[in-house]
Amino acid sequence: MAEQVNALPYKANLDIYSETLQRLAETDSNIIAVTSDSRGSGKLVPFGKKFPAQIIEVGIAEQNLVGVAAGLASCGKKVFATSPACFLTARALEQIKNDVAYSNNPVNVVGISAGVSYGALGTTHHSLHDYAALRAINNIIIVAPADNYETEQAIEVAAKTNAPVYLRFGKKPMPPLKETTGEVFQFGKGRVITEGTDVAIVACGETVYPALEAAHLLKEKNITATVISMHTIRPLDTDLLAHVAQQCKAVVTVEEHSVYGGLGEACAAYLLQQGICKPFKIIGIPDEYTVTGSQADIFNHYGINKEGIAAQAMKLLQ
Amino acid sequence: MTTKELKQKSIEYRKKILQYIVKAKAGHTGGSLSCTDILNVLYNEIMNVSPQNFTSPDRDRYIQSKGHTVEALFVVLADKGFFPEEDLNTLCQYKSHYIGHPTRKVNGVEQNTGALGHGLPIAVGTAIAAKLDNKDFRVFTLLGDGEMPEGSNWEAALSAAHYKLDNLCAIVDKNNLQITATTADVCNTDPLDEKWKSFGWAVKEVDGNDVEALKNVLSNLPFEAGKPSFLIAHTTKGKGVSYMENTLKWHHGVPSNEEYKQAIRELEESLLTI
Repeated sequence: MAEQVNALPYKANLDIYSETLQRLAETDSNIIAVTSDSRGSGKLVPFGKKFPAQIIEVGIAEQNLVGVAAGLASCGKKVFATSPACFLTARALEQIKNDVAYSNNPVNVVGISAGVSYGALGTTHHSLHDYAALRAINNIIIVAPADNYETEQAIEVAAKTNAPVYLRFGKKPMPPLKETTGEVFQFGKGRVITEGTDVAIVACGETVYPALEAAHLLKEKNITATVISMHTIRPLDTDLLAHVAQQCKAVVTVEEHSVYGGLGEACAAYLLQQGICKPFKIIGIPDEYTVTGSQADIFNHYGINKEGIAAQAMKLLQ
Repeated sequence: MTTKELKQKSIEYRKKILQYIVKAKAGHTGGSLSCTDILNVLYNEIMNVSPQNFTSPDRDRYIQSKGHTVEALFVVLADKGFFPEEDLNTLCQYKSHYIGHPTRKVNGVEQNTGALGHGLPIAVGTAIAAKLDNKDFRVFTLLGDGEMPEGSNWEAALSAAHYKLDNLCAIVDKNNLQITATTADVCNTDPLDEKWKSFGWAVKEVDGNDVEALKNVLSNLPFEAGKPSFLIAHTTKGKGVSYMENTLKWHHGVPSNEEYKQAIRELEESLLTI
């Protein structure tokens, strides 16, 4: 099945990660990448060549990756512990919980090829649990940038943030969501991509773009949508969420994650506890043996595409 | 300190460990008593760390991987002046920072530990940071022999040798007992010396309850230039109290008042024979 987004001329957020980290390292010798044989998949080969003293390789050993990263961070290093999200947030979850979050070592835990980016490789290589697992762990910011702008900004902000951060992105080329001139990116502040009054679509990561495409489809049917890139899942921008939910007649959330414990449930829990009760739908990966195929196949199968998102919005508005 | 003074310190520490465990009605008694001499020698003779330099980037680092024997660490930290000893009266009480494992809420504690197999990887990262910054500080971590089967220890062992971390010293408190049975019965990790040597470490063995021997061996770090140092400290679980020594139930047994009195009596008697 065709990719939803044409591969050219856009870059993957992973490419932006590599470029941004190199740029930061040019002027800051404390920027350290820690890898678990993941410099290739993390596009950090050029970084390693350019800054050989600033890349620490531990081999395929994710628990050690995070523990070592915590030790480095405790000595003032700005550490980017980089590994596929599926391994990093499952095998090394206890290290993230104890050595990073609980000990408050300001490691940037970078989950690459997240969600179903490794679609056809199967469940071993999917990370559909990471928001849920990390949301239940105190003291770690959770960020899933949507486009290249958000990715670059998120990495820059992470490098300056003296707190544990989980950054999560995929490897698909991502078009820009909107013009960014004059914009200030902050963790915990969602971005309004487009505004409408019928339905609020709150999405994160690589699902924001199909959410925006869904808004365009809905417009053809005279339904206007607000689309939010909720790049920070924690701390959630509850002010923005409450505002758009009150403004619109229905709320749809979209994420490349299990429908359990992720962005959708975070939004639902907040709105319900605030007494803001609107027709509500969480779009994500359901609780079942995940279908096989590419990321695009999996998205299409579960309706994580413009048609699926628009259809759910219309259903809520009926 | 003279050897005699160090021996006296160890007995003093053991008495206090028991005092606060009895007060809290909780604690890891046997393991705290087995590692007392190691902590005594590290903090009083080997490491460059004190309340005065604890925020200095140049201080030596101590990371206690076997976090459950925190009572020994707290008693030594109090003695070194990191916090008033009377704080330990709140051990394991509601809202106290003096809980059953080390946390950074307590002055002098480097890392929050408690889950096993975590200290060594953090110590490796800390030692790499020292090398990157051309700093001379050293990193010490204390492991239990019961946590040897944790895979993360062996992952970290590989990295430490790969990065030639001769500023890192891992000490195993080898008391041969863990919560279920002897370490040999639960999961035999012997011979530790051959295993760690084959992983690229310089290995030495010592009587881990002999302060003089500990001082001698730890005064000569690294054991070999270009290699991390692994010290197998042979200890006795429950050391210093006859009915606790090598007895499984004292892994986290709390003495009754009568047992406590006997333990203190025995420790005070041993003070006379130094």
